[in-house]
Amino acid sequence: MFEVIAFYIFSILTIIMFGIVVFSKNSLYAMSALAGGMIFISGFFFLLGAEFLGVVQIVVYSGAVMALYAFGMMFFDTTRDVKENIHYKKILYSLSIISAVLIVIIMSAPIYSANIESLYPSAIEGVGNTQIIGLVLFTKYLIPFELAAVMLLVSMISGILLVSKRMDMNLTEKDHYEEKGEII
Amino acid sequence: MDWAIVIETIIKSIVVLSVVAAMAGFATYIERKVLAFMQRRLGPMNVGPHGVLQLAADGIKLFTKEDIVPQNAVKPIFKFAPVIAPVTAFTSMAAIPFFPEFTVFGYTVTPIISDINVGVLFVLGVASTGMFAPLLAGMSSANKWALLGAARTVIALLSFEVVSGLALLAPLMMIGSLSLIDINDYQIAGFTSWLIWSQPMAFLLFVIAGFAETNRTPFDLIEYEAEIVSGYATDYSGIRWGLFFIGEYANMITVAFLVSIIFLGGYNPLWIIPGAIMILIKISAFIFLFLWVRAAWPHVRPDQMMWLCWKILMPLALINILITGIVLI
Repeated sequence: MFEVIAFYIFSILTIIMFGIVVFSKNSLYAMSALAGGMIFISGFFFLLGAEFLGVVQIVVYSGAVMALYAFGMMFFDTTRDVKENIHYKKILYSLSIISAVLIVIIMSAPIYSANIESLYPSAIEGVGNTQIIGLVLFTKYLIPFELAAVMLLVSMISGILLVSKRMDMNLTEKDHYEEKGEII
Repeated sequence: MDWAIVIETIIKSIVVLSVVAAMAGFATYIERKVLAFMQRRLGPMNVGPHGVLQLAADGIKLFTKEDIVPQNAVKPIFKFAPVIAPVTAFTSMAAIPFFPEFTVFGYTVTPIISDINVGVLFVLGVASTGMFAPLLAGMSSANKWALLGAARTVIALLSFEVVSGLALLAPLMMIGSLSLIDINDYQIAGFTSWLIWSQPMAFLLFVIAGFAETNRTPFDLIEYEAEIVSGYATDYSGIRWGLFFIGEYANMITVAFLVSIIFLGGYNPLWIIPGAIMILIKISAFIFLFLWVRAAWPHVRPDQMMWLCWKILMPLALINILITGIVLI
């Protein structure tokens, strides 16, 4: 009863939020709605009894959308509407509608043919949701998990390398050298 | 589902809301008095005995002051942003066990609104979502100081969240559970079993991250008057401005509860002092520490804060985790 009411409230709120993300021309509205929508999605995880994933959804996406805000702050005047530069409206609309329909079909086909089942049903007695995620991650999905970790490490190191050229020299020193006409 | 649980939860939520909001309001009075004491002043003295009723005067002023929305602001978000601060601060309290269990008229009350298995993560995650309030306020104000405050909010969040998460990982490895009740019961054996003795480094790091999370003084770079007027709150007035501060003080209380439960033995009784009194003492001491640090420490610049968090605190937290792992194996 309560689960059903909560499910419909969260679904309606999530759909409204992501609708605003897509249709709004103001980047501040779009990003705020994105943050709200991500947090409402965590409601579904809590309803399904997957507290760990729900909390991870909140933690990860609050940080991720926060970084997105930083980029929005740098690239746009967030208090004004963005002028969209669309030339071929028909192609754009038809492509987006086709891709949306495709995603719905891909997602709903296994449900329609009713052969969707969880590979690791969480029915072990006395073991919580968090522990089961740990068990599955470090047995069945160990290699994908470690590969993802290595990929994140690689991207972190490359990010640091890209930024860290001449990190030992600060910006005022750079101006000082440029005034003297030396090549940095 | 039982209707009794629903009614009990609603009653608990209302009690937590009203008590914590009152505590947050009272904390503003305590703060002014303690700061005055440290700076050899008297502080508020005129309204009521020793200025106790100053609280009511401040409240009346905040509620009745004209509410101004700047012309060029993004109005819906400008109006909505202050609500986020208290809402997230109070939501995060849903997973905190405030007191030990007690019995009223034969009915056992557990003073926690919802005992989810991932209590600590929930509290930290939702509390850090509260940083959206200054961010949205700053970005929607159409004001350069506010925008600078919003930009500083992002670096503050990205700096402290890593430290607080990693610092907490080491004690959680020892306990093996994320539920705050389990964490409290781990330290049930008394004074020597408090986690601060086995994890002093994690305690220190978590407290520093807590100061950054609540925007308290050494790290209050998002509203530092001397650099950016009032940061994100420059354009706010009246009750909207007040909501930010209810959120900030509620967050202080949350962090105080978290530190007391995780590192200082929680609500376990000590000697002849019952558990409920113990946790109140710990929380009061911690709030006093917040105020003491505000009186004693200078501000840090944003670059100093990032340097501190990423180059000193994060490696220390990682080393702490490594050592804890080696010891546990």
